[in-house]
Amino acid sequence: MSAAILDATSTPSLARGVKMRFDEARQQWLLNAPERVLMLDEIAHVILSRCDGEISINTLCRDLAVEFAAPQEIIQADVMELFQDLLHRGFIRI
Amino acid sequence: MNEPSALPQLASPPAPPPAPMGLLAELTHRCPLACPYCSNPLMLERAADELDTDTWRRILDEAAKLGVLQVHFSGGEPLIRKDLEALIAHAAGCGLYTNLITSGIALTQARANALADAGLDHAQLSLQDTDAQGADRFAGSKDTLAKKTASAAMLRAADLPLTLNAVMHRGNLDHLEAMIETAVHFGAGRLEVAHVQYYGWALRNRAALMPTRAQIDRATAIVTAARARLSGALVIDYVVPDYYASRPKACMGGWGQRFLNIDPVGRVLPCHAATTIPELVFDTVHEKSLAEIWENSSPFTRFRGTHWMPEPCRSCERKEMDWGGCRCQALALTGDAAATDPACSLSPRHAEMFTTAQTEAAAPAPKFIYRRGGSA
Repeated sequence: MSAAILDATSTPSLARGVKMRFDEARQQWLLNAPERVLMLDEIAHVILSRCDGEISINTLCRDLAVEFAAPQEIIQADVMELFQDLLHRGFIRI
Repeated sequence: MNEPSALPQLASPPAPPPAPMGLLAELTHRCPLACPYCSNPLMLERAADELDTDTWRRILDEAAKLGVLQVHFSGGEPLIRKDLEALIAHAAGCGLYTNLITSGIALTQARANALADAGLDHAQLSLQDTDAQGADRFAGSKDTLAKKTASAAMLRAADLPLTLNAVMHRGNLDHLEAMIETAVHFGAGRLEVAHVQYYGWALRNRAALMPTRAQIDRATAIVTAARARLSGALVIDYVVPDYYASRPKACMGGWGQRFLNIDPVGRVLPCHAATTIPELVFDTVHEKSLAEIWENSSPFTRFRGTHWMPEPCRSCERKEMDWGGCRCQALALTGDAAATDPACSLSPRHAEMFTTAQTEAAAPAPKFIYRRGGSA
């Protein structure tokens, strides 16, 4: 087994055992993962809600660029950084 | 070592605590194993005194309302409780993320499937060693490795996400690379490389368990390399053990800040070793609501936040990062639960702690002392 390599054609989804939910007590979205919890900001929640294991990072960023009227390169750089971090910490799989 | 901790307590009553994140539900102290590093109390609770199913259901309801996100079913061995599936189903129904902390001994495929069907989100399986003889010796049991290998396969066949929990010490730390390979082979998504923590029964066996500094350094290098090699495939949790650290860890994420622990008879504890601190008198789920205990009971407020801290902690810039480390360790090593954690290099007892570790690790390992009649 070797490291998973992320690129713009990757199709991320939540890793096994990871669940996204809205927490009423804290009024925010979060990821419940094996013995860890990750609080999500609004952007991370928007991005992760679209990750179904089929949509590629390319397509996801193209959609976000249109919706938020921002350059795709800039969005994509941020999104790749987020996914790289989440992948390394085991919150998503590709 | 006896700072006047009553003064700051009177000056500024602690702010209301944030909602707890996790509940450790110790269903039973009964266990088929007799690990020499068991962190459970020296005196175990009897089966007849354990909370019943309905009381646990009420606790789970209250925990979810209080803001708890995850419940960790633990013990002892939680599989011994016949109502485990019912409790998992109830917790899942409350929206809680459910985690089973198990030795895997006596697991069957039917049971694994039933746990998954009940809504279990994740299982944490312990492994004592990758060597069959070592596994038996460190578990105080027979055929441990074979049983655990079978259990891992059953959990995976039931499609349960798996963490392998490896408690490491001088006797198995040199097998760390094999342990990492085993985690991958078992299909675990996560490996916890947990150094023994010396309280409960483990303190009695400290000299037989204490690794050398060189062993720790090799282990750290192995984990660093494996994390890079297996990034995105296996998450490895690892921290340097206290006796060789220079700063304490935020034990339980800060006393009374993130976790509550309920022991088999219903006492509500800030951490599962807190019963070692004689000055604390614990409320039980029979007398008060979980919310009332979390917010106001004296064992939680006693060391919550920073009001109780002596110097040098009180004026330390890290006091809200490590929250003063571990109170149980402070008590065990200094005789004062409110003393600076000796794991901190600023503690006057730090050098002594480090020397103890080095001396014990350098001497030949004494024989393990096992619990006799470990299951009540």
